[in-house]
Order: sequence, then C-alpha cells, then structure tokens
Amino acid sequence: MRGAVVIAGIGHTTYGVHEGRSTVSLNVEAIRRALVDAHVEKDAVDGLFIKFPTSAIEFTYGQKVAEAVGLQPRIGGVWDQGGAANIGMIMYAAMAIDAGQCEIAVISFADNPKTGSRGGITKAMGPDEVFGWFGAAAGYAMIARRHMQQWGTTRDQLGAIAVNARTNALANVHAQLRKPLTLEEYRGSRPIVSPLTRDDCCLVSDGGAAVVLMSAARARRLRVPKPVPILGFGQGQTSWNVEQRPDLTSTMAKASARTAFAMAGLRPSDIDVAQFYDCFTIVPIMTLEDYGFAEQGQGGAFAANAGIGIDGQLPMNTSGGLIAETGMPGMQLIIEGVRQMRGSATTQVKGARNCIVSNQGGIMHTHATLILGEAS
Amino acid sequence: MIDAPANIPLPVRDALSAPYWDALDEGRHVFQRCFACDNAWLPARRECPRCLDDAWLWEAASGEARLISWVVYHTAFHPSFKERLPYTVAIVELVEGPRLISNIVGVDDPETLTIDQPLELSIEREGGMAIPRFRPRGS
Repeated sequence: MRGAVVIAGIGHTTYGVHEGRSTVSLNVEAIRRALVDAHVEKDAVDGLFIKFPTSAIEFTYGQKVAEAVGLQPRIGGVWDQGGAANIGMIMYAAMAIDAGQCEIAVISFADNPKTGSRGGITKAMGPDEVFGWFGAAAGYAMIARRHMQQWGTTRDQLGAIAVNARTNALANVHAQLRKPLTLEEYRGSRPIVSPLTRDDCCLVSDGGAAVVLMSAARARRLRVPKPVPILGFGQGQTSWNVEQRPDLTSTMAKASARTAFAMAGLRPSDIDVAQFYDCFTIVPIMTLEDYGFAEQGQGGAFAANAGIGIDGQLPMNTSGGLIAETGMPGMQLIIEGVRQMRGSATTQVKGARNCIVSNQGGIMHTHATLILGEAS
Repeated sequence: MIDAPANIPLPVRDALSAPYWDALDEGRHVFQRCFACDNAWLPARRECPRCLDDAWLWEAASGEARLISWVVYHTAFHPSFKERLPYTVAIVELVEGPRLISNIVGVDDPETLTIDQPLELSIEREGGMAIPRFRPRGS
C-alpha cells in the first residue's frame, strides 16, 4: 500500500476561542475548507471518519456530523483511541480506500474545551480520587519523573522541547501562542504537578481540523494539486494504566514506528522532519527514543544537543505543535506534515522528502505513526 | 487511630472492592492472588488479567513496598485538595508484585525522594475509611 493513498486536502478553523459554537459546526467548517483545498465536491465523499470531542462524548456523533454536512457515507464512524485517533482513522480510511470500501474519505476532529467543558482533561483517573489522583498532567508527570531519575533526563532537556515549539510558532499566523520562550524563562515556569511546570503543558483550544484522502490514481485523474503520498503507518496500544505499566519509560510507540517504517521501507535516518505529539514535553523525548532516533534514555540529550530546530539534525514541530500552535489532539501535526511535504510550511525544512508524524492518547495508552512523502 | 473528617472524595465500596476496604479497616492491606496461575494484582477485578481465570483469593500484603514514581501537586484539580497542597501522589509496588496509586506521607521535602526507595504501609483514617498510604521505610 506504500504511496497508494494520498492526503489530497487539509483544512482547519482558527485555533483558540470559539465561544458558543458547537463542535459539529467546527467540524463542518474544517471539512468545508479541506474539500476546497482538495478541489473536491462534497458529494464525491463516501467515507467519513470522526474523532469524537474529548470534552463531551456523544453517542453516534459521527452521524451528527454526517447529517450536518449532508452526507450518507458508505463507511465511517467514530473510532476511539484517544489522541491517537486521527492517525488511526487515516489508517482505517486508507485501508478502506485500498479495499474498495470507499473512494474519497474525510477525517475530521473538533472540540471546544476552552469555552466548554475541561472535564476530559482534569477528571479523576480511575477510582483513585481519594489520593488526589486527578488530571492528565499528573499522569505524564509520573512518567517524566521516572524517566528523569532512571535515565538522567533533565529539566533543561524538557525545556528544549518547549522552547523549540514556541520558537517555531512565531512565524505561524495560525498559532494560538505566538510568544517566544527562553530556556531561562522556562526554568522559572510555575510548577503544576512537579516535575512538570506550566511551560511543559500544551494549550487548551477550541477548533476543528480535517483532511481528505483518496487513491493516488484518483488524485491524478482529478488533478488534485500537490497530493501528499502516505508511505507508511502503524499503531501500538500500551493499554495498561500508568500505575500498572511494567516500564514507564517506553511504550508501544516502538511497535507503531517499526510497523510504519517497515511499510514505508524507510529508516529513521531517512526522515527529514518530524511532527511529534507534544501534549507534555516528556512525550517527544520518549518518541525520539521509541522511534529509534536516539538510544533509550538519550532522547533528552538528542533534543538539547543534536538539535530539533530548523537547522538541527531532526527539525521538529515546525508549526508549534500542541504546545504553541493549538492544543487540539493531533490533526494539526498531520496538517503541518502535509505542508512540509508540499513545501508550503511557514517554517519550511528545505528539500524535505520524508516527514514522520506521531499521535498518542490517554496517558500514553495509545500510539499511531504516519510517514508522509514529498508531494508529487 | 484518629479518624479525620472526610473532606475528600472517598472510594465507592462495591461488592468486588468491599473486602479490600474491610481488610484495611482491620489493619491489613490485601491484594488478589490467582489460583490458576499465581498472578497477583490490584485493583480488584473479577478475572485474572493474565490467565483470565475467575478463581482467586484475597492475600495479605507484608506492607513492604518500593517507590516506582511520584509527583507533587501544586495545583488542585478538585476543590477538596486545595488545602492539602502541595501533596504527593505515587506509584507504589508491593514486594508481592501488585502496583497501586497512593500517597507518600512522613516526608518533609518530597522532591528528595528517589525512585525504587523502600517504603512501608501507613494506614490512615479519613471519613470512617482506612486509606492505604506509604512512608519511607524506617522513617
């Protein structure tokens, strides 16, 4: 299937505040923009894959979005893998296209936790509220602490992730947080759940984002401008809650990347630019390790020394990621991957031919990997 | 033991977890042990997550454990924890194997803890329930 399916269109709303607007409406705008970008008529879409809003779970939510865009899809629905769902659904849509189950698929996500409910990210984790075990940040802080003590990862190395995201967002007019951050300022950041501070955490955002998929052959026939080939994908699901996980410092991201690299016929050294899920700064550091860009325990040193900036060994999160572009779970990373492969990113990696994108969900419960190739 | 008033959300006791909380009430911390494959686990489940058998019994833990990781809350995500800030939540592994979320108590500066350090059980009473917390061994 390498290269058989392309991302033909990308679209998103503004990121930040959408007071009083429903998630269905945000999905519709994102889908409208993605279809315009792909030069595709709405009625040609016969696959509709939706990631449900994290802040308010609704039964048959995919059908509500389908109704709002006036479609009766042949295949689709809502597929829950937490923050790994957007790449997960791109995988299912690509396989559905390859299997003849649909011709043109739209994958979309929208949520409004900034003006709506934040319950999805601040709730108690399991039955342990008696111990004060609340909030997604604490789960990641638990992993970060173990990683720091077991492997020697430092606060400054976590800071390299935050500083890079904030720097890259400066040129991005869509970014919600366009305010530079120095390492010195990062060191003084207010603790939230130690060892994580405010500047280790991603944004909270309202917004919607969508992509359009079709076969490479169809994209040629429709004369889609700059279709971006999907070279490889994979998934891995760690599943255990943080406290039950035998090893806190590695996840099934390893299996996910192995599958994606094998499908693409590529190795880490072939990758020119990365968009890594950065809900908290520890995550890209572990992704560098699990993906094979750095040895286990050396992800922090890689970020701080080898370089993740535009001139570094592996330019990362070139639009600002979850930390500075938008806190939405993952679609913005896929969209930035497409821009890099089209050569149209605001912080463009010159001559980039392969881009890797990671999505992950829960407290590193789920993981998905996408490898994109240069637009034709 | 002093019974502190319950100003924090207390665990919901159901048929499955009642023996766990009852044992703590009597001063024992217990976990589940599978008859079929000898696996040991927490929290309470109907089936062994390793061999899926449903034949198991409650076994008393020694109270010895080690610190897998911990965090220090400087923000309260629930109003009843505001007055407890900063407080420590930890992943604790019993020497018998099961892991659980708990609190570390009896420490002046929680930032000085270290991973894998030995801990011991410290049962504390709040709102009529016995809560399993841990302190550094020998402290």
